[in-house]
Amino acid sequence: MYEMSDIRKNLKVVLDGAPYTVVEFQFVKPGKGQAFTRTRVRNLLTGNVVERTFKSNESLEKADVEERQYSFSYKEGDSYVFMETKTFEQLHISAQQLGDAVNFMQDGMLVDVLFWNEKPIGVTPPTFVELKVIETEPGFKGDTSTNTLKPAKMDTGATVMVPLFINEGEVLKVDTRTGEYVERIRTK
Amino acid sequence: MSEDDVRFEGDGVVYDPLPRPRTEPLVWVRGRVTWVGDGQVRIDGHLPFHHVVGWPDADEGLLGRWVEVRLSPSASAVERVVHAPPLAPFPKTGGDWLALQRDERAVIRRLEARAKGLATIRRELSRQQFLEVETPLAVPSPGLDVHLAAFDVHGMRAPRWLITSPEYQMKRLLAGGLPRVFQLARCFRKDERGDRHEPEFTMLEWYRAFEGSDALMRDTEEIVAALASALRGTTTLSIDALGTRSEGTDLVPPWDRVSVDEALRLHAGTSLAEILPDEERFFFVWSHEVEPKLGFERPVFVVDWPASMASLARLHPDRPAFADRFEAYVCGVEICNGFGELIDPIEQRARLVRDQEERRARGLPVYPLDERFLGALEEGLPPCAGNAMGVDRVLALVLGAASVADVMAFGSDRL
Repeated sequence: MYEMSDIRKNLKVVLDGAPYTVVEFQFVKPGKGQAFTRTRVRNLLTGNVVERTFKSNESLEKADVEERQYSFSYKEGDSYVFMETKTFEQLHISAQQLGDAVNFMQDGMLVDVLFWNEKPIGVTPPTFVELKVIETEPGFKGDTSTNTLKPAKMDTGATVMVPLFINEGEVLKVDTRTGEYVERIRTK
Repeated sequence: MSEDDVRFEGDGVVYDPLPRPRTEPLVWVRGRVTWVGDGQVRIDGHLPFHHVVGWPDADEGLLGRWVEVRLSPSASAVERVVHAPPLAPFPKTGGDWLALQRDERAVIRRLEARAKGLATIRRELSRQQFLEVETPLAVPSPGLDVHLAAFDVHGMRAPRWLITSPEYQMKRLLAGGLPRVFQLARCFRKDERGDRHEPEFTMLEWYRAFEGSDALMRDTEEIVAALASALRGTTTLSIDALGTRSEGTDLVPPWDRVSVDEALRLHAGTSLAEILPDEERFFFVWSHEVEPKLGFERPVFVVDWPASMASLARLHPDRPAFADRFEAYVCGVEICNGFGELIDPIEQRARLVRDQEERRARGLPVYPLDERFLGALEEGLPPCAGNAMGVDRVLALVLGAASVADVMAFGSDRL
């Protein structure tokens, strides 16, 4: 159990039966009055962020969560197969469980898998990935503005909004947190 | 120029323990030392830290060490004399040099501002014939307020606790015949930690005999305005501190006043009568909905606290449903809590016994009654008013610090 004085950013706790991480907290105490700990917490299953306030005598259940590194091996039907980098133990995760990360899976990619009570609940791909454009409208040579965007389909299945000058076959750096284009990778 | 005059340039650090000029000065330096000529010595490598710091021909172990050198203007030379033995790499990650020097010496500049602020407070109060006092920090009773928890002190002959405020001892001084006293006291409150709280902090507490809350509120206005003038050169403060901000808070006295009931009606759509039976709900609504909206254009005094929250305040002589108590808010931050003090020894004892019972009922430690404090009231505490101001909070607001720890030499997480 955590006491209120244990609250820190990134602390993993159980609220209403679901695992949460503490995003922000503030100790609030009116002059000569009752103390509260006001928090913003993110649900690790849904990603939703909510505000919760606790009284100073409340305590919180510790969430048994753990992050381990896996590499992506292959896709088998609707299931994605990962391998633990130290023990080589295999893990099957469904496309649905992968969430947005499903758009960025590349062979051998290292991901962080979050477990709650030994069950995988989330996969975090590297912040930046390099993806190849397999389908997009032809590029306008000379239009170097990055203000106007067009959709491009990438080799992993993701659709990314890219600048007009991008052509099929080019390799782009993409931010997996936002799914946004970052820059063009010079082909060596 | 004269031969025995040595001047320094560069961003290195020189500490000269002796007065100059003199012929062969010994100084302590930290940085790369070069003789520029013409009595000029260059010391490089103070900042930024990726510079190679040290003696030009030194072994690696000397990098960044304080080195004592002899400067010889007659020979136009520098000579290493001794050095402190290196025990850790420099600068050390998490070390004090980096912590104090980073962000263009932000911590050091805040400590300098803090010292200037404390001097300003002393000047303002001394000007009005207040006597600065220091009372003990380890006391026989730390106060019985149910919302405050004290640290035990072990190893003394009798049970002692660290003060949560110096109130009892300062009132004893008033009873003993000092009419105006102030103290910059270290206070200690267990389990209080956050951007606006530290378990150890500095409180300015001051008392005026034969005067009431109004005089204390005027003092408060003047002290805060003087701090802003001294440290920021203005009394219209743009604030970005302690998780709150304002474009311009006008600190010029007099500040606004609002009653607890008005503040609840204005900012939370409820009223004291409606909410009060449930004290816990009052504190929740007050801290979550009301406090964050108080005192943005100008600071505001919140007055007319319900009698049940009087603490050590007297009841209003003509309106006994209310306590003679005030709090000031600047930009959503409470900065002080003041009272027209309770001087009736019978009523005071009754309240403290009631607090003891409440603490027992809640399973909290029950601290003893301070009989010498009660004895002072029995002997005769003059009618008086007092105020306690969180100095670290006021400094943080004026200096734009994200937390009160940022205006301290070391916050509790750096110990």
